[in-house]
Amino acid sequence: MLEITWFVLWGLLWAIYFALDGYDLGLGTLMPILAADERDRRIMYNAAGPFWDGNQVWLITAGGVTFAAFPATYAALFSGLYTALMLLLFALILRGVSFEFRRKVDSERWRRVWDYCHIGGSFLPALLLGVAFANIFQGIPLNAQGVNEGGLLDLLNPYGLLGGVLFVLMFSLHGSLWLGVKSEGPIAARAAAMAEKLWLALLVVVVLFLISSAYFTQLFDNYMNNPVLFVILLLAVLGLVQARVFLGKRSMLKAWAASAVAIISVTLFGVIGLFPALLPSSLDPAYSMTIANSASSQLTLKIMLGVVLVFVPLVIAYQAWLHVTFGHKITDADLEYEEAY
Amino acid sequence: MDVLLLSRLQFAFTTFVHFIFVPLTLGLSLLVAYMEFKWVRTGDEVYKRMAKFWGKLFLINFALGVVTGIALEFQFGTNWARYSAYVGDIFGSLLAIEATLAFFLESTFLAVWIFGWNRLSPKLHNASIWLVALAANLSAFWILMANGWMQNPTGFVLRGDRAELESFAALVSNPFAWQQFVHVLFSAYVLSGFFVLGVSAWHLARGSNVDFFTRSFRIAAPFTLVFALALVVQGHHHGSTVAKFQPTKLAAMESHWETMNRAPQYLFVIPDPANERNLVEILPIPGGLSMLAYHSFDAEVKGLRDFPLEDRPPVMLTFASFRTMVALGFLFPALAAWVWIRRKDPQSSPRLLRTLPWVIPLPYIAIQLGWIVAEVGRQPWIVNGIMRTEDAVSAGVTLGQVGFSLALFGLIYGLLVAVNVFLLMHHGRKGPKSSRSKEDDAQGQDADPGVASQGSPA
Ligand code: HDD
Ligand code: HEM
Ligand code: HEM
Repeated sequence: MLEITWFVLWGLLWAIYFALDGYDLGLGTLMPILAADERDRRIMYNAAGPFWDGNQVWLITAGGVTFAAFPATYAALFSGLYTALMLLLFALILRGVSFEFRRKVDSERWRRVWDYCHIGGSFLPALLLGVAFANIFQGIPLNAQGVNEGGLLDLLNPYGLLGGVLFVLMFSLHGSLWLGVKSEGPIAARAAAMAEKLWLALLVVVVLFLISSAYFTQLFDNYMNNPVLFVILLLAVLGLVQARVFLGKRSMLKAWAASAVAIISVTLFGVIGLFPALLPSSLDPAYSMTIANSASSQLTLKIMLGVVLVFVPLVIAYQAWLHVTFGHKITDADLEYEEAY
Repeated sequence: MDVLLLSRLQFAFTTFVHFIFVPLTLGLSLLVAYMEFKWVRTGDEVYKRMAKFWGKLFLINFALGVVTGIALEFQFGTNWARYSAYVGDIFGSLLAIEATLAFFLESTFLAVWIFGWNRLSPKLHNASIWLVALAANLSAFWILMANGWMQNPTGFVLRGDRAELESFAALVSNPFAWQQFVHVLFSAYVLSGFFVLGVSAWHLARGSNVDFFTRSFRIAAPFTLVFALALVVQGHHHGSTVAKFQPTKLAAMESHWETMNRAPQYLFVIPDPANERNLVEILPIPGGLSMLAYHSFDAEVKGLRDFPLEDRPPVMLTFASFRTMVALGFLFPALAAWVWIRRKDPQSSPRLLRTLPWVIPLPYIAIQLGWIVAEVGRQPWIVNGIMRTEDAVSAGVTLGQVGFSLALFGLIYGLLVAVNVFLLMHHGRKGPKSSRSKEDDAQGQDADPGVASQGSPA
């Protein structure tokens, strides 16, 4: 029972991470398209400004919880995806410092360099996370020792790549909606128009992804055995549709919240399909990392459950407060603020 | 060249780089919080400008601490997969607790502090940086409980093919880990103190923003002295904890070969590990080593020759690092006392002002050396007495993969450290923003033209 609770929490933590960091990674990805000048770029940096670091800690927590609750999965997953994770890491490093560095020296060239780091460092994580999760959904060639026998190029199979495109689109839509929340005037209008296009593209890719999931993965088995689970797919569709409805009314905050629901549901759709595995082996189901063969001891799971149940709601509360306190539209006064990015 | 060696190099390199930024975060967050607190309490605008100026240096440093930290968290899984699977039950939970309790708090309230100058009441705004300082020090606690467990494993049982938690209380009351925690905090405070003193002295020597930097100097002076003194006393206790739990490491730190009672402490030693002896040993303090390690002049201190060769750490590196750290450890209170004497009017001693900027790198060196003692001295074990480093490395990872990541780490971190040093010097020398509004302290403006002329990068 504890293991199942932890499996759910594990999926939920990754889902929350995608729903939060997703929008600032999306903002960075869209920067070359949406920002016409330096002022626009600064609006985009500052739209993510107070939030991106706190959002990124969800990744650290999701990784840390994988380590704590399912150590064997953490070991097989992280060493198995070695090169992809290193690339993710370098991208996140460059994106992280770009916020702090770009305005610290008054030079056009200097800013340009950090803009490139920011854009690449936002796009690449979106793509890599999508490729990685699609491959997890599909299973990787884990052998009896829990070692991945495939290489980096094996991750770039059609289904994996489709997952990459899916994540880039999901995050970009999420980011453009957040930009709509945080800005006004021409850039807000451009963000909304972009969101409308992205939404259509995303719809096509989501449908493609679901069809290919039936073809390339075993995800649907759990749903067939337990049809009530289809609720989660319904939620994903509902979130997506609602996002478009609110976008049409230019209720950007509501559209953004609906898109967050869609991201969480899409992630959980995959995770639920995996159960009881966390990392299926494509060589032999017996080699899969499951809640049975990779979970920590009962004592550790209990203590960690206590920690998470007390502190994660607290974190959600103060991060929600952060979003409310700094959820206002960015004005010229905000850009003149000394500490602004 | 094998995967093990490259992985060790990569881990050492990335932790060292992470730890360039960590100590300044730990100490400067407290100092900035205190400066802002003085502003809130007295309403004196100079303190606000101080919080902003030192806060800017803090933020540049912090950004790098954050991004280099993520790399460490990932690497246990990527490079040390067998270690992770073996001890994740205990070690993984400490890392996860660190993230949930400390990193969220730190990142969220730092954002509040950065963007909240005009949006929050001064009290609330000040509270946010106190929370950041608390969270940073809390994160040090959890990560050092994790590292302390590798040094002196407690509260676990070996079951099946892994170590499992038996007592969480034993885990967080690990005496070795507590020594490390206190030692790291004190050393970080010394580093941060000398950082503020060094930058302030640089400006005072040039007569720029005299009032501003004299006040900064006066805040840092007692802080540095107290912790520099405490570090020596506590460092000694730390040494006796090592003697108790890791006698092999102690012998390597002292290059002590023969087991004996009344072991002397030589002030000058040149080790000769190839021949299991010391080439030179002069200036003995009779019974000194026994006294330091076991608080008794007659105690027996085991020598390296009594430990199997395959269980000994590299002697030369451990020994030299320890000696140098301790030498610096005695130098710092002396320097801090000099600072203390002149704190009322630092400009009365131009020699002090000229010296202090050059002191800034020394605590950085001492801290890195300390980690060499702790980590290299623990070899060949990754978890002391339980698991060897060679058994910990990932099985499936190839030489090409680690070579690739190590090369990129070298390149990117090299650039980032260079940019960081450049920015700290650039903004450190530029000095505080001139105060244009009337309510600002008039004295703060005395040297603004001078600031402008010195504002260009080196
Ligand atoms: C939480 C655990 C932890 C923490 C806080 C640290 N280390 Fe560590 N260190 C390890 C866990 C570890 C490790 C995973 O155990 C390594 C990897 C390979 C090994 O032998 O131990 C290691 C190796 C290692 C080595 C290589 C030793 C060798 O292979 O001979 C060095 C030089 C350092 N570390 C230095 C540091 C520094 C400068 C740290 C300051 C942040 C630090 N360590 C913190
Ligand atoms: C090898 C083990 C270590 C790991 C896995 C690790 C992990 C991390 C991670 C993931 C972050 C980024 C958090 C964020 O995004 O806010 C971080 C930052 C930080 N770490 Fe570490 N860390 C290690 C060693 C240490 C040690 C030994 C200390 C202190 C004694 C420490 C103190 C800090 C502090 C204060 C920060 C805040 C950011 C900054 O440095 O400016 N870390 N660490
Ligand atoms: C007389 C002064 C000092 C003594 C006796 C002393 C003692 C020690 C000992 C015995 C260790 C090894 C502990 C282990 O193996 O885990 C250590 C580690 C360390 N030292 Fe010192 N030290 C002194 C001064 C300093 C100074 C001045 C600094 C930096 C400003 C410093 C920073 C460190 C650090 C960062 C570590 C590694 C973390 C740890 O294990 O606690 N030390 N010190």
